[in-house]
Amino acid sequence: MIDCKHITKIYKSGSDETVVLRDVSFKINDGEFVAIMGPSGSGKSTLMHILGALDSPTSGQYFLDKRDVSSLSDDELAVVRKHNIGFVFQAYNLLKRASVLRNVTLPLLYAGVPTRQRQEKAMEALISAGMPKDRWHYLSNELSGGQMQRVAIARALVNNPSLILADEPTGNLDSVTGEIVLATFQKLNQEKKCTIILITHELYVAEHADRIIHIKDGQITKDEKNSKKRNAIISEKN
Amino acid sequence: MNAEDIFQETFAALTVNKLRSGLTMLGVIIGIASVIAMISIGQGAQGSIQSRIQSIGSNLILITPGFTRGVGTQVSTGRGSAQTLTSEDASALSGIASVKAIAPEESKRYQVTATGKNTNTSVNGTVPAYTEVRNLEIDTGSFITDENVSSASKVAVLGPTTRDDLFGVGAGDVIGESIRINHINFKIIGITKSKGGTGFGNQDDMIFVPLSTLQKYLSGDHYVTTISVAAQNQTSMAQAQQQITSTLLARHNISDATQADFQILNQQDIIATASSVTGIFTILLASIAGISLVVGGIGIMNMMLTTVTERTREIGLRKAIGATKKDISLQFLAESFTLTFVGGVIGVALGWFISLGVAKFANIPTQVSLGSIILAFGVSAFIGIVFGYYPARRAAGLNPIEALRYE
Ligand SMILES: Nc1ncnc2c1ncn2[C@@H]1O[C@H](COP(=O)(O)OP(=O)(O)OP(=O)(O)O)[C@@H](O)[C@H]1O
Ligand SMILES: [Mg+2]
Repeated sequence: MIDCKHITKIYKSGSDETVVLRDVSFKINDGEFVAIMGPSGSGKSTLMHILGALDSPTSGQYFLDKRDVSSLSDDELAVVRKHNIGFVFQAYNLLKRASVLRNVTLPLLYAGVPTRQRQEKAMEALISAGMPKDRWHYLSNELSGGQMQRVAIARALVNNPSLILADEPTGNLDSVTGEIVLATFQKLNQEKKCTIILITHELYVAEHADRIIHIKDGQITKDEKNSKKRNAIISEKN
Repeated sequence: MNAEDIFQETFAALTVNKLRSGLTMLGVIIGIASVIAMISIGQGAQGSIQSRIQSIGSNLILITPGFTRGVGTQVSTGRGSAQTLTSEDASALSGIASVKAIAPEESKRYQVTATGKNTNTSVNGTVPAYTEVRNLEIDTGSFITDENVSSASKVAVLGPTTRDDLFGVGAGDVIGESIRINHINFKIIGITKSKGGTGFGNQDDMIFVPLSTLQKYLSGDHYVTTISVAAQNQTSMAQAQQQITSTLLARHNISDATQADFQILNQQDIIATASSVTGIFTILLASIAGISLVVGGIGIMNMMLTTVTERTREIGLRKAIGATKKDISLQFLAESFTLTFVGGVIGVALGWFISLGVAKFANIPTQVSLGSIILAFGVSAFIGIVFGYYPARRAAGLNPIEALRYE
């Protein structure tokens, strides 16, 4: 369970202070599929970094499964990330000049999964993410944007995290590919009961979630259940 | 992350930019190879010089005629050119207890001919004790005997080089053949074993005849050019040298030792001097090599710092998916250590190779010592760790978000 209490994030550069998040409080239960929506620069990615234990808030508390993450050290945060959280970054962030399989197995390396099981887990994740099998041995820089996004999703799933954070996962994709990616998240949410937090600035994308949190200028403006949930239409195309 | 993972990650990272990894390694290779080669050459030269000095005799004291200076003048006629030592001086030394054997010799160059071939070589008139004093061994036949000396017989013992010059390489047995030294016939009675020297004073290119014969038929004087003395043992050398000096000074009626008309060289002193010279030489070589080793180390640090900067996003990603500080610093440390280790192994092999080449082509018996390998390897491992540690720590300490934003 995610519990944010009065989270504030301030960036300081010299004498300038930028308040990116102000007094943000909300809870997300296990197994929820939540979309965080807001215009560009509203602080969505910043919030995701805090939720993903990549960054600490300037003030306020963040509890992940009752544990106060905001007070953990650098290395303790790393441990939380590797066991509980899967990230899909806005800019994919794949390892260059490394094969698809190696990219996907990377988190398992740090999670201490025995070598023999890694390949198997990576293949499962790639299948879940809908990555065509004939591309598994390609290098990451030989893939299309949609394929890179799927590798990034597979990498996020590979260690069976309880929480998946996806920052604009469909931002660079055409509507058909975007639909496949959204379908993947819905499937994960339903079948594996993963908590999914999806960040977007498109209402259409947000409507695939069960709940939508609106954020503007670092503040929550609206937090409501999505009454007209869309189900992604899966078509068998790349 | 287990050891195998670290190895695989390191291998992958280093092979992505092969050229740069190779060039970085080259710095270490050159550094280590030069340390090993230079030390081995230095030590080889030292050993070679020492063994050559040893080969001229054991516990040897050499007495040569000294400068003859007229009173109040600074003009000298040069060492060896003076004629101040005689066979009688040599005989007088036989009374000294710490002296084991004495071999006076008179050496002059003559034209020598045999079966049409001719050569110009050093003819050395001496006595039977010469073999003992100067560690000379006979290959075939025999050396000059006491009988030869007392009867001034015209017999000669040839060095192997002289034999080859006169009779051709592979001439077979030449004992009993005759040669002409300065138009006088001599019968060959023996050939000495090769000592393997070169250049001036090479004992392989020499003819030995009885001292009495040389003085009577060739030089016509009674002077000697060197008196070689073997002391009883190493500890008695200083005492022997002192007694020889006082005996000769008394015989030559010289009261002031600084005016002595002869010089005494002690083998121990020669070795010590030569060793200190070659020792300084080795240190000089080693320090030049050491500098290149440090330069190689700085090269590694340079590359690691560039790598860390270039791979900032990758570091950010690795941290984001759960790498701890330790994982990151271990990975970068492993990379720099691998570079120095592989470079070190190649460097040792190359240094060894160079040292073998020098041994083969420059005739210096080089020896790659375990010490120099440990030293070079230790220094390179140290450099790898020290110069890799700073970039590794810097990489590990990066904030994942900032690292991911880095362009
Ligand atoms: N390291 C930083 N230093 C200073 N300001 C920062 C830093 N990171 C983010 N910001 C500021 O915080 C604000 C919110 O950034 P954030 O990346 O969270 O926006 P976003 O909602 O994800 O936007 P987008 O939809 O364009 O991705 C921006 O105004 C940005 O300039
Ligand atoms: Mg963003």
